[in-house]
Amino acid sequence: MITKRIIPCLDVKNGRVVKGVNFEGLSDVASPVELAEYYSSCGADELVFYDITASAEGRALFTDILTETARRVFIPLTVGGGINTVADFDRVLKCGADKVSVNSGAIRNPQLVYEAAKIYGDQCVVLSADIKRVDGVFRVFSKGGRENTGMEAISWIKSCVDNGAGEIVVNSIDTDGVKQGFDIEMLKAVSDAVNVPVIASGGAGKIEDFLTLFKALPKVDAGLAASIFHFGEVKIADLKAEMAKAGIPTRL
Amino acid sequence: MIAIIDYGVGNLFSLKSSFAAIGKEAVVTSDPDVISKSDRIILPGVGAFEDAAKKLRDSGMADVVKREAALGKPVMGICLGMQLLLDKSYEYGEHEGLGLIHGNVKPISDVIDKDLKIPHIGWNRLIIKKQSPLFKYLSDGDCVYFVHSYYAADCDDVTATAEYSAELTASIESGNVYGCQFHPEKSGTVGLNILKAFCEIL
Repeated sequence: MITKRIIPCLDVKNGRVVKGVNFEGLSDVASPVELAEYYSSCGADELVFYDITASAEGRALFTDILTETARRVFIPLTVGGGINTVADFDRVLKCGADKVSVNSGAIRNPQLVYEAAKIYGDQCVVLSADIKRVDGVFRVFSKGGRENTGMEAISWIKSCVDNGAGEIVVNSIDTDGVKQGFDIEMLKAVSDAVNVPVIASGGAGKIEDFLTLFKALPKVDAGLAASIFHFGEVKIADLKAEMAKAGIPTRL
Repeated sequence: MIAIIDYGVGNLFSLKSSFAAIGKEAVVTSDPDVISKSDRIILPGVGAFEDAAKKLRDSGMADVVKREAALGKPVMGICLGMQLLLDKSYEYGEHEGLGLIHGNVKPISDVIDKDLKIPHIGWNRLIIKKQSPLFKYLSDGDCVYFVHSYYAADCDDVTATAEYSAELTASIESGNVYGCQFHPEKSGTVGLNILKAFCEIL
């Protein structure tokens, strides 16, 4: 049986991890490479690097650290942020990424998912969607959750899956940062609608939130979080031990 | 020295790095002389079978791999590289493989429950069927990383499987020829140990 994946997400700016981290034993807490190695040794099943750099220099630094990470960390690496063209896919895949996550780039150019899937395969293309309830309807937001696209989320996600998206990251703006648990209702709507892996993002505050997620929604494949891992509020080793104890398929 | 066969498919960066991580020299090459001087051979592969099999033949690498395998050199196919070791694939038609291990490549949709997702992607536990030198450092319950929609069917040389409603072939072995459906280079310490064990086969 496939195990449920736990995925820490690192925001990287100019080659450094932002949103400071706080771990003992790391000589450089802002080094994406060191953090990636640390998470890998704690049992993270996959890593997401999110490039929030705007400049070309920052992009070059990002690909440098990606290459160095891929040289030293041997679990799947997903890269997102600033992916707008097939050339962007090519750039990060050559540096050792296994999957590429698209968000605003796919909204601006819906053909991007199709074109990339045709070249690199469905398994390589991850659609990340920032979703928020507006008058009771799930709407897709762009530009880091600032702008309502007006698109209905479930039909948007379905069309991306039809175009070749091999995995969906559902980021609930409504629960993000609140730390009261994942958005079960939204995740259920998505996982009922598609037959590709669904990754839950936004809202985890404690170990129980992951247990609730995987028990309530067996079709959800993974839980993604950032600050609760970075600040040590949830330790991945503890989380996975609790998941296993609760009978959730887990890689220990 | 380990020769990672380069025939124009896939990114071999992680594979090369993983040998470096276990202190083994590996070169990505399509030079028959380098390959014949190597201790052991890795046949990688991603993408579609037909295209990869054609590139393998057109590059001359198919003959080189077959010749080296016949000389008794350890050969290991990974993912699509494993599937290429078999007799035949039924991925979009019918295509010849290298025939180094008997078996056919068939869609997992033939055997898994209809409501399960395809590809079979993620970390799954290895179920050992036969002892193999590759499993020298393996512990009970160890997981490895899979990404595939086709599997090795009709094969008597299965050494491990993974459960996905059906038991899907995870690894195969015949004499000095080995194959892993999963990606050891993406399977953390467990995967590195499988590569290490491969490097220690005499």
